[in-house]
Amino acid sequence: MFSLFLEQLLNGLQSGVMLFLMASGLTLVFGVMGLINLAHGSLYMIGAFACAAVAAWTGSFWLGLVASLMAAAIAGALVEMLIIRRLYNRDHLDQVLATFALILIFSEGTRWIFGSFPLFLSVPDFLTGTVILPGGSQYPLFRLAIIVAGLAVAVGLFLLIGKTRLGIRIRAGEADRGMIAALGVDIDRLYTIVFALGAALAGLAGAFVGTTQSVQVGMGEPVLILAFVVIVIGGIGSIKGALVGSLLVGFTDTMGRFLLPHAFATFLDPSSATAIGSALASMLIYIVMALVLFLRPSGLFGATS
Amino acid sequence: MTMNREFLINSILAIALIAVPLIALGMDEPFIITLATKVAIFAMAGVGLNLVLGYGGLVSFGHAAFFGIGGYAAGILASHALNYEPIMESPFLIEGTTQMIVIWIVALIVSALVALVIGAITLRTSGVYFIMITLAFAQMIYYFAISWPAYGGEDGLSIYVRNGFPGINTLDPISFFALCAVMLAIAMVFSAVLIRSRFGLALQGARQNPQRMTAVGIAPFRIRLVAFVISAMITALAGALYADLNRFVSPTMLSWHMSGEIMVFVILGGVGRLFGPLAGAALYIILEHLLGGVWEFWQLPLGVLLLLVVLFARGGLVGVLAGERKHV
Repeated sequence: MFSLFLEQLLNGLQSGVMLFLMASGLTLVFGVMGLINLAHGSLYMIGAFACAAVAAWTGSFWLGLVASLMAAAIAGALVEMLIIRRLYNRDHLDQVLATFALILIFSEGTRWIFGSFPLFLSVPDFLTGTVILPGGSQYPLFRLAIIVAGLAVAVGLFLLIGKTRLGIRIRAGEADRGMIAALGVDIDRLYTIVFALGAALAGLAGAFVGTTQSVQVGMGEPVLILAFVVIVIGGIGSIKGALVGSLLVGFTDTMGRFLLPHAFATFLDPSSATAIGSALASMLIYIVMALVLFLRPSGLFGATS
Repeated sequence: MTMNREFLINSILAIALIAVPLIALGMDEPFIITLATKVAIFAMAGVGLNLVLGYGGLVSFGHAAFFGIGGYAAGILASHALNYEPIMESPFLIEGTTQMIVIWIVALIVSALVALVIGAITLRTSGVYFIMITLAFAQMIYYFAISWPAYGGEDGLSIYVRNGFPGINTLDPISFFALCAVMLAIAMVFSAVLIRSRFGLALQGARQNPQRMTAVGIAPFRIRLVAFVISAMITALAGALYADLNRFVSPTMLSWHMSGEIMVFVILGGVGRLFGPLAGAALYIILEHLLGGVWEFWQLPLGVLLLLVVLFARGGLVGVLAGERKHV
């Protein structure tokens, strides 16, 4: 029981770290440009497909990983320059619709190119084994590697935002867009860079998750909605909030699915305990979100306006 | 003269909605009657959303929740009636039904209660938060429907025989169309009366300037909550009809794609225009039918078109044809 618990804890951490890669891009784009981007899940899907296609073609997972970063960043930069740029001064309704249209275009375009059958990504050889966890159960080495890689990217992102000149500009952009433009920062370029950065992170998450699940059209949508929940809980625009929110959602979701059926089994018969437990578990993160918002309408780390 | 032009366009839309299925009846094309029925139902869902989105300025991205609740009201009640299984035996007996009127009343009550709870929480927020939270609540209900096995779970629930309405053979396509068209007309008249009433003016005032509304002694929150509940009820009624049209209800009706589609009907037609949802739903169904017949990947050109409408044709179909609104 203990080792199973530990395993689920690690799964929760993995899902939280991957969510952070998605949510950080979303929250940056909202914080700096004030844009709500539904097509963020499509960039995640593009990353996964690029990784799967290049890995199948060259036989190298690492080249696939590079391809996922490049493809998502380039797609993000292009979309920003061609379409998203026109939406910054529009209201949220226009942004929602335009990016909803982008989802239709990306999903259907991917289906056109790759077909409806899922692709599979295989893990590089030296990461295929398992690790023995304290308590005796085995855990796939690759999942541990994803957690470590995701955490490394998260640290890198915090350093980028906190310590570099680009990070200073991004934070300044969040604080006052008009002022940094007046101070001579090329605001159009900054926006494109931020958007491409968020896209690359989403693409990377797609490639990582693609190795543990199948790569298929529409894979970005459930993650996108979870990422929305994350940034709403954390406070829109806050990277720190995105981190706390991601871990909270990752752990709540994984542990809820694991523990709730067990909890109900203590006083119900097994079949209805599983049914009620899993139904409640699938709603749990939304209940947490509603609670957070009820207490703090602009999220845990959101600016109270 | 723009008001007159909008009136002309509205009349053409109304006449087309009635004429097309009648012509299809003469040409013995029941499929086209079904398409027209779909337009009427989707338009009605849009009329519900337009109330909060267009007049209230509240971008609800979760109206599929109410559409699906209506659908499940029809599906669940009918399945209990057809299987002769009471829904509840103690403390008192509740049985299923195949009467549309009873189903509609249940759909209205349940959706109103759910909207009251969701609205009370979500309307505390605004802007992007409101968009995402309405979306998240709809997802919550969606996942509940998927993981709750009693009513089909992910596979959905079939309604073997379309539910009945006194004096009408609902299995006859044109009769069912007439029923849906009348319901749409009632929803539109109700919505038109509502937005011209004191309540409707207060709702639009709360969109334009909430501070000033508060200053004259009207609390925007309560006005918005009532509008949200009414809007949900209209959309739920459309959902009940949609389940009966397909004789099938599944979690797809609750999915966020559905929320997006209902929103697309409103935007494509024209936000805050009485006939906007009808124009939008008709355009959407026609495009789906025409493009889908030509190319398997029809959603791609649809996405491009939607993008162009958002970027360049603000005001939607009715807005482009009728010009700017005379008074906002």
